[in-house]
Amino acid sequence: MAAVATGASGLAALAARFRTCPITGLKIEAAAETLIKANAVAAVVFLAIGGALGLLVALTRWQAVHLLGPDTFYLVLTAHGINALLLWVIFFEVAVLYFASAVVLNCRLATPQLAWVAFLLMVLGSLTVNWAVLQGDSSVMFTSYVPMQASPLFYLGLILFAVGALIAVLIFFGTLVIAREEKTFEGSVPLVTFGAIAAAVIAVFTIASGAIILVPTFLWSLGYVRHIDSIMYKLVWWGMGHSSQQINVAAHVAVWYLIAAVVLGAKPISEKVGRIAFLFYLVFLPIAAAHHMLVEPGLSAEWKVFNTSYAMYLAVLGSMIHGMAVPGAIEAAQRARGYTNGVFEWLRKAPWDNPAFSGMFLSLVLFGFLGGISGVVLGAEQLNIMMHNTLYVPGHFHGTVVAGTTLAFMAVTYLVLPVIFRREVMFPKLARWQPWLFGIGVAGTSLFMLGAGTLGVSRRHWDITFADAPLGFEYPPTAFLMLGLNGIFAILAAVGGALYIVITGASVLFGARVGPEGPKTPITAAPAAAGVVGRYGSAGTLHLPGTYVLVAVFFVSFVLYYFVNWRYLSELWPMG
Amino acid sequence: MAETSEGEAPKRIPFMQRLLDNPFLLLFLGVTVPTVLYLLWGVMELSQIPVAR
Amino acid sequence: MAVHPPESRVWWNEPIPKGELVWVTAAFLWGVVMFVMMIWWHLEGRQNLSTEVYRIDPEVFRARVEAFVAQHKVGEEGTTGIPIVRVPPGGDAYMLGRLWEWWPVLELEKGSTYRLHLSSLDWQHGFSLQPVNMNIQIHPGIEHVITITPTEAGVFSVVCNEFCGVGHHQMIGRIRVVEPGRKG
Repeated sequence: MAAVATGASGLAALAARFRTCPITGLKIEAAAETLIKANAVAAVVFLAIGGALGLLVALTRWQAVHLLGPDTFYLVLTAHGINALLLWVIFFEVAVLYFASAVVLNCRLATPQLAWVAFLLMVLGSLTVNWAVLQGDSSVMFTSYVPMQASPLFYLGLILFAVGALIAVLIFFGTLVIAREEKTFEGSVPLVTFGAIAAAVIAVFTIASGAIILVPTFLWSLGYVRHIDSIMYKLVWWGMGHSSQQINVAAHVAVWYLIAAVVLGAKPISEKVGRIAFLFYLVFLPIAAAHHMLVEPGLSAEWKVFNTSYAMYLAVLGSMIHGMAVPGAIEAAQRARGYTNGVFEWLRKAPWDNPAFSGMFLSLVLFGFLGGISGVVLGAEQLNIMMHNTLYVPGHFHGTVVAGTTLAFMAVTYLVLPVIFRREVMFPKLARWQPWLFGIGVAGTSLFMLGAGTLGVSRRHWDITFADAPLGFEYPPTAFLMLGLNGIFAILAAVGGALYIVITGASVLFGARVGPEGPKTPITAAPAAAGVVGRYGSAGTLHLPGTYVLVAVFFVSFVLYYFVNWRYLSELWPMG
Repeated sequence: MAETSEGEAPKRIPFMQRLLDNPFLLLFLGVTVPTVLYLLWGVMELSQIPVAR
Repeated sequence: MAVHPPESRVWWNEPIPKGELVWVTAAFLWGVVMFVMMIWWHLEGRQNLSTEVYRIDPEVFRARVEAFVAQHKVGEEGTTGIPIVRVPPGGDAYMLGRLWEWWPVLELEKGSTYRLHLSSLDWQHGFSLQPVNMNIQIHPGIEHVITITPTEAGVFSVVCNEFCGVGHHQMIGRIRVVEPGRKG
């Protein structure tokens, strides 16, 4: 690491620090490359930790197995949330931001030395917060709601990590300025970079909210502040907690476009609409932090309805646009290759044995059907009464953050290995199966947690048989079945996750080097025959029947499921 | 800084494209809107909860 | 490609493909429907969360709950020692959450409407009424007054569904709903 950090800084040495990627044709700077590697490796390490802890959680909630004792369970659940929901995704997102700015724009990374400082701060913060949790006096869950108090190190670790992440985001913006001034690209930034801008903007709001609330809470844990108001804390905390997951959404959608572009040469069907969709994200996604405040006292119905709906569902509109634009771009690229028979030949003959593509497409479908629909239902003000703090909530965000973001990041790793690490992907046969194992496993956990949540089962609960409680309650037997199935699918997901760790770890350490002629296993599909279609982006040349069928199925499922839930709500005890 | 390269473009760039091409305008929008709509509006309401009689 | 700058310098003026335009319009209108649905439910629906909320000192709230229990207590729940309180139909009912119990047990009449006062004495708790599946967040220092009308008789449980420390999974309360005019 240190050798690269002290790399030459003179302008004369600039050209020598770049190489041209044989796969993408992009110019890649050495310092940017090393920083991407470092952040990606750290990300995968924390995924391994977070994922293993997740399996322990699922096996404890599987009532027939009930693996851990209560103290350990709550500790492990806290650590699982922090490692998987925060450390893994943010480290990987820093890698994505550096890639989308420096690499995609053929530019040098702004202030690589500072980027190493950011990296070290993030690592230090991660270790501190994990150490605090392992001590056993900070089992306060990811949310750490006051007046429950963790040790000061817990908050300090999070603050250090956030400062590092903020520096990394500012370096991303700095790199955009350099690219513009040094004219490393023409016109507007590519759509992938634009998506990364959306992620970075949301990250700034996220970290600002975090600073507003975590710094006073840290002082409170040290005894310098007497009182932190629990409802104020919760309002501002979710400005960080929920928005941090919105960074993921913007980043993984950018990754979908990236994979479709690199693997299939897919072009956005409309630059304008794609960018407006990202604009809706960066302006309106963060206000849906209100999803966590719908059954809280003290906020008006007006505040709740407006914020929970992302200002009349404009961010949902953004997602639905991407949900059509990504498969649409893939269909257009495939039809340009000559796969024009019927409605779905383009999809059948897609490069399914390329894990980058299969992972990306699974992520797209699962994010939409599981994470997306459940999120909108959960976020409807009154429907939330039936779901708040039940397993429906983790069911939803395992559909978004795990089946959506994590799977998309896994998929793009199969491009990052040959492009950035310049290593062949080892065990290609296993790699072909990996996204399916993980995707199906996670889809199962998401689905069965949604099911258990619908039956009212509490989240973050060690024993829903209430065996040692003074009063008892019996959840319906179906709930126990759901938790058992959740455990089984969690094992499947863990196998898929372990495969990912083994494949990427082995490839980075022992994979054959990729030479200037490119990888032996091609990651890009055969190029389109020239002249099959005209230019994309002009009305009339696009004919996407398969995509229309896909989005129609999605739309109908969405509408039906939405109204079914209002029907359930109408059967609850009247309240007002 | 976006203006310099646009000056060389022969065609006039529409307003919306200029907005979308400027990451710092986007940053301003993306921080201000949620700060006002979510944080400030929320804090205002929470600080106005009446005290029980 | 999405990793290259747009092909034309002024991409804003490019026409949107018709299929995409139809989809965007449909998705936008669906968003409007979902938005209106929440507002309409406030006007016509019968399940809305009350916004009657007060700041209250936890000690003051505890004193009120204890006075309420002393006035209306009709028995104790099994061997637990938790009082059962029969709330006058249409009256005010109090329940507090603390580490790790919901107190007291309430007895309500089916079909009557009650003003249920909820608050916590220490940390945050989750009032999860099962198997009705109605979930409300409880904060210390904040009194939330909810109007509620049980529509079925039976024994209902209040599970705490906000993590509140190692005893969290033992925190369970009870609401008994009896037929009108009958003593439980």
